[in-house]
Amino acid sequence: MAMSRKTRERRPTSFYFLAAFFTLFVLFLYGPMLTIFILSFQGVNGGLTFPMNGFSFHWFGNLFERQAVGDFGGSFLRSLKLGLIVMVVTVVVSFMAGLAFRRRFKGDSIVFYLAIASLIVPSILISLGIGLLFNIIEWQPQWFTSALGAHLTWTFPFGLLIMFAVFNRFDPSYEEAARDLGASNWQTIQYVVLPMVGPSLIGVAMFSFTLSYDEFARTLMTAGALNTLPLEIYGMTTNVTTPVLYALGTVTTGFSFLVIALALGSVAILRMRKGQKA
Amino acid sequence: MASDTSKRSSYFLITPMAAIFAVFLVIPLLTIVVVSFWDYDEYRILPDFILENYSYLLGSSVTWSIYLNTLKYAALTWVFTLLIGFTVAYFLAFHVRSLTWQIVLFMLCTIPFWTSNIIRMISWIPFLGRNGLLNSALINMGIVDQPLEFLLFSDFAVVLADVHLYTLFMVVPIFNSMMRIDRSLIEAARDAGASGFETLKSVIVPLSKPGIAIGSIFVITVVMGDFITVRLMSGGQSASVGLQISNEIGLLQYPAAAASAVVLLITVLLIVTGLLRLVDIRKEL
Repeated sequence: MAMSRKTRERRPTSFYFLAAFFTLFVLFLYGPMLTIFILSFQGVNGGLTFPMNGFSFHWFGNLFERQAVGDFGGSFLRSLKLGLIVMVVTVVVSFMAGLAFRRRFKGDSIVFYLAIASLIVPSILISLGIGLLFNIIEWQPQWFTSALGAHLTWTFPFGLLIMFAVFNRFDPSYEEAARDLGASNWQTIQYVVLPMVGPSLIGVAMFSFTLSYDEFARTLMTAGALNTLPLEIYGMTTNVTTPVLYALGTVTTGFSFLVIALALGSVAILRMRKGQKA
Repeated sequence: MASDTSKRSSYFLITPMAAIFAVFLVIPLLTIVVVSFWDYDEYRILPDFILENYSYLLGSSVTWSIYLNTLKYAALTWVFTLLIGFTVAYFLAFHVRSLTWQIVLFMLCTIPFWTSNIIRMISWIPFLGRNGLLNSALINMGIVDQPLEFLLFSDFAVVLADVHLYTLFMVVPIFNSMMRIDRSLIEAARDAGASGFETLKSVIVPLSKPGIAIGSIFVITVVMGDFITVRLMSGGQSASVGLQISNEIGLLQYPAAAASAVVLLITVLLIVTGLLRLVDIRKEL
């Protein structure tokens, strides 16, 4: 970066104020999460607030007893499966759309504005609309049909915008070179384009999985009879009055960390492979 | 320039996305518009063409106060996320000098977003509650005699949770705009004798406008349609348009919910159209 030339320059006073502000912001972001984390280890007789009444793993055990908190295991698996399906579909479809948008075609601005609309239409409207539609045509809403569609309307815009950002900075001369060397369209995509945009596609995958895994409003009227995890958690906030709620928070956060770690790990591996080939 | 084959391949490539938007966005929104004119009784919705859903909705003073309340949440959240988001983005873009540190600090800010929104909201409860951490601390320090009641289940709590959830969505686009500002412009301003504040006011803020507009669109539309934050953080003592819609859904009054939804959609679209005048989104990517 050009800025590094100036590292010798003395930092202005404003730097320290802004750094302090930034630190406060980070504390603000993390504070509540840490509270939840600590309270999930609440003792057996402890309540929803401080003080801690001993230390135990009791509430984590409680989480996996079916009758105590509803169907945590089932809803977790459903959310996981749904998230994975949404992830795969979003990556493939956004990549295709990204390729399409590299050229102008009739109706391109319609699709673009649909994507923007999809982003700004309040989630509950998507939920209501799909719920009503299924109601009228007398189809049973299911997490893998109506909820899947509802989630895709949320992840596609992000996927498409990321693809725009990627392809706007993509140098087409690599593809021209491949074509000059006799590569077919498909070979060009497979051996030139995909390896170059791979890390961004992992970004899209990661993003769409977490968006789907956390989505509540769009699932509300579209999940059908079986709950996804956010619906289950929401139900718990009104029914459950023990720290098992916090244990759930800690476990689901831990799981998100795992997913992100896997994603970042695979980016690192991709980079290493690329390095070896070069 | 584009040949017929490449045009055809463009259509082939865009079809899946267009089809999903058609089936799960366009048709559902049209369904809402149609159903908003339907009639209903306790058990079902009845195809019809009546205006009662709208006349009831728009004629009720409750609706107007709910809209006012929702706009209040949106405005307050917008002001705070903008001020905090701009400051954080400014720090990251202009004061953090290496790309590695920028990435590290960004990651630090995004980690809390890997937790479910609902969990992040309820995690304020043990902090703000009557016997929560903040109240205990304030009492122990002798700042107040008795627990502050307004901290939880109040407008304060709703806006706090919204700011907590959405500030990052302001940081990201503003940071993106700031990183594109040519650094020589800032040096030129300084050479021309501008103070730090003048540079901020006449160079950085105007050039960050696209990011500010995109972040604002995101934050305002999310808060306008929100119902979970309001329900959980106001403890049922306050309402928003989204919450009204979700209550009507709960009571199976779908045509009434649909009419509310149409009015909400028009409101949001008006706000967004206003903001879009400030920015060409496609250029900003």
